[in-house]
Amino acid sequence: MQIYLPIAEISVNIFLILGLGGGVGFLSGLFGVGGGFLITPLLIFYGIPPAVSVATAANQIVASSVSGVFAHWKRGNVDLKMGLVLLAGGIVGSTVGVWVFAWLRSLGQIDLVISLCYVIFLGIIGGMMLFEATRAIFRTRRRGGQIRRSKKHQHSFIHGLPLKMRFYRSGLYISALLPLAVGFFVGMLTALMGVGGGFVMVPAMIYLLGMPTGVVIGTSLFQIIFVTANVTFLQSVQTQTVDVALAILLLIGGVIGAQFGAQFGSRLKAEHLRALLGLLVLSVCLKLLFDLVITPSDLYSVMPGDL
Amino acid sequence: MTVPLAIRVAFMIALALPLLSIGAGPKKASADPLVVDLSNHLVAITTGFTGTNVLLFGAVEEEGDVVVTVRGPDQDMVVRKKERKVGIWVNSESARYKNVPAYYASASNRPMDIIASPEVLLDYRIGLQNQRFIGESKLSDDDQKVYREALVRNMQGAGLFGERPAKISFLSNQLFRTDIHFPANTPTGTYTINVYLIRDGRVASVKTTPLVVSKTGISAEVYEFAHRYSALYGIIAVIIAVVAGWIASVVFRKR
Repeated sequence: MQIYLPIAEISVNIFLILGLGGGVGFLSGLFGVGGGFLITPLLIFYGIPPAVSVATAANQIVASSVSGVFAHWKRGNVDLKMGLVLLAGGIVGSTVGVWVFAWLRSLGQIDLVISLCYVIFLGIIGGMMLFEATRAIFRTRRRGGQIRRSKKHQHSFIHGLPLKMRFYRSGLYISALLPLAVGFFVGMLTALMGVGGGFVMVPAMIYLLGMPTGVVIGTSLFQIIFVTANVTFLQSVQTQTVDVALAILLLIGGVIGAQFGAQFGSRLKAEHLRALLGLLVLSVCLKLLFDLVITPSDLYSVMPGDL
Repeated sequence: MTVPLAIRVAFMIALALPLLSIGAGPKKASADPLVVDLSNHLVAITTGFTGTNVLLFGAVEEEGDVVVTVRGPDQDMVVRKKERKVGIWVNSESARYKNVPAYYASASNRPMDIIASPEVLLDYRIGLQNQRFIGESKLSDDDQKVYREALVRNMQGAGLFGERPAKISFLSNQLFRTDIHFPANTPTGTYTINVYLIRDGRVASVKTTPLVVSKTGISAEVYEFAHRYSALYGIIAVIIAVVAGWIASVVFRKR
């Protein structure tokens, strides 16, 4: 069954889009990532214009994050104070990002930048997660189920930064500049790549901020809601590329999938989860890298000139 | 066998009258050598739109060849060339073209080169090769040719430029018909359809008829709203997403 998308201006198969949203929603609930890093490339592969894909994915991530955050909120897995500091950085970062997006589009380089961003970030983070998680899995096995504890009181330059704040829920006393910078950076990625940024945010919270794994996913989802909402609004105003019809189809599939994902995820060990996410991230990265490197079937591309 | 003469004469005249009037037709100044119409002057892009065909039909007064061209609204197009840099394919040089029809298709009853000389086709801008795109770039003439070919090739790939002229079929010596196909990605706007009657290699008559492609129904209203009240649209999009996410979590919590 086909449906004509009003903003993307093409007709798509309803069930394919619903399935896409559902599959990505499941992963989103499982890993606590928005799933945008999967949904945006998949929409582009399907033939939705990249600008519409990026903006609409942001809208869809709002829904999947809202549905995901309630479960974490109930279990007390949201560090509200940390979330708000990250969010402050995220709002500024995503606003700058929407502006950079429009500028790159006028240069005709947006597709390349989107792909390169994906390859670089997914490659680094996927590789790191997979490596770390595999090591953790093997260590746990060797020590007969003993779980490795992270050292909280390692001192580095990070602890010398000013504006220190106490984050009780995370048990941290660190400079507010650090989560602000993380939020800003991830906010920019949200605007440029149509991602919630969970795949950057989650590892940054664990490895850079040193937050306990338990509150990471809930807090990440909490701030992603507001950053993606900001991007949805700004893209609507500046580029009119948010397709609500497409977003509704994706989020119907997405919110249902996310619930199953969250239930399923609570039964898995954290390091197994990280290893799986690492694998997934790496495979998307390799696919995109492959597309950049192989000789395209047509060296010339055509776009309407008003873009 | 004893029919009165007067009745027989009257009968013959009655039979002959219609024939006479037909014979007299072409001599009248008001007679139209070419009559054309469309099955539909509006292509409505609704929510279920997956492409459509419009039937063009018409009649010629005397035998001749018929050529149809369909031209969508003009738009600017940018053609970009990819180059391999550090192993990665990157957009490098580009050329901007003005006056590129968003859609172009043609149809004829016989191959175009048999119907008319290249000069005549050029004069009337019939056929893809005779469409003039005004380029804005610093490219050499050779490059211009390559870029233009790339533009046409890409538009053909998207189904917006006809690969080759479609077939016009004559149902009799006078009646003809052809189907014009509009794909799912047909751009909106006002299209111009020209029908040429060509006799002995010269254009004897031209008929122009417009065709409007526009969005109707919900998709049109959404598009209109997104462009006119974009801030409100953005807020609504966010609200829909938040409500949908909340509903989902409530529904699943009860399980």
